[in-house]
Amino acid sequence: MAELNIAERQAGDVTVLDMKGKITIGEGSVALRTAIRRMLEEGKKKILLNLAGVGYIDSSGIGELVSSYTAIEKDGGQLKLLNLTQKLQDLLTITKLLTVFDVYESESEALNGFK
Amino acid sequence: MTVETTELALPSRVEAIDEAATAVAGLVTRAGIGEEDAFGIDMAVREAMANAVIHGNKLDETKLVEINVKCSLDSLEISVHDQGPGFNPDTISDPTKEENILKSSGRGIFFMRNFFDEVDWSSSPDGGTTVRMIKRRANPI
Repeated sequence: MAELNIAERQAGDVTVLDMKGKITIGEGSVALRTAIRRMLEEGKKKILLNLAGVGYIDSSGIGELVSSYTAIEKDGGQLKLLNLTQKLQDLLTITKLLTVFDVYESESEALNGFK
Repeated sequence: MTVETTELALPSRVEAIDEAATAVAGLVTRAGIGEEDAFGIDMAVREAMANAVIHGNKLDETKLVEINVKCSLDSLEISVHDQGPGFNPDTISDPTKEENILKSSGRGIFFMRNFFDEVDWSSSPDGGTTVRMIKRRANPI
């Protein structure tokens, strides 16, 4: 089984990526990077990452979230995060990245948050 | 149990990060260290291993990463030694500063320092770099 499984679905003009597994150095980080690149190539610029199934992330994975955010913003899009585990929320708090990302606990609120 | 030690020598590939973390996690569980501390220890070990395997030994599988773990009644000490040229930790910028917040790298050492009480680096006379991390146990036995 892959380290990180990513399932794509569409909610209006927002692409939701349901992620399950680990976003760590190597396979997991590469899978996220590849998925985001593909979204942008396909012109999908409103992306919601559902991280409910992500049980583990390391500094590489967090770096990949930041890279995803900057790549999407640079392309005129928006990235939002949904359903962070408590651990991931703690990590984003100590790295002060909660001030960067738009984070939601409700999918409908997240979808309404896109302009 | 009074003191438990573990020593590993692993080839420099990404899989070694998991192998080292698994070995340390077993020792941490046997030592009765709580879940919250165990999470931080695991993360710091993975970051130290990633630095050693990727930045130190540059994924050269002929080079080993040596891990020494010592869990005593009052502390956990973990050393990770690579064969790389080393670096000056003072040159690592604070990833939480505004000018660095959107950088995609530079958070590994920050996590190591966050989850352990002491983290220091030394260069060995025979070459290579050792990072030593010490965590004092919240409730010494």
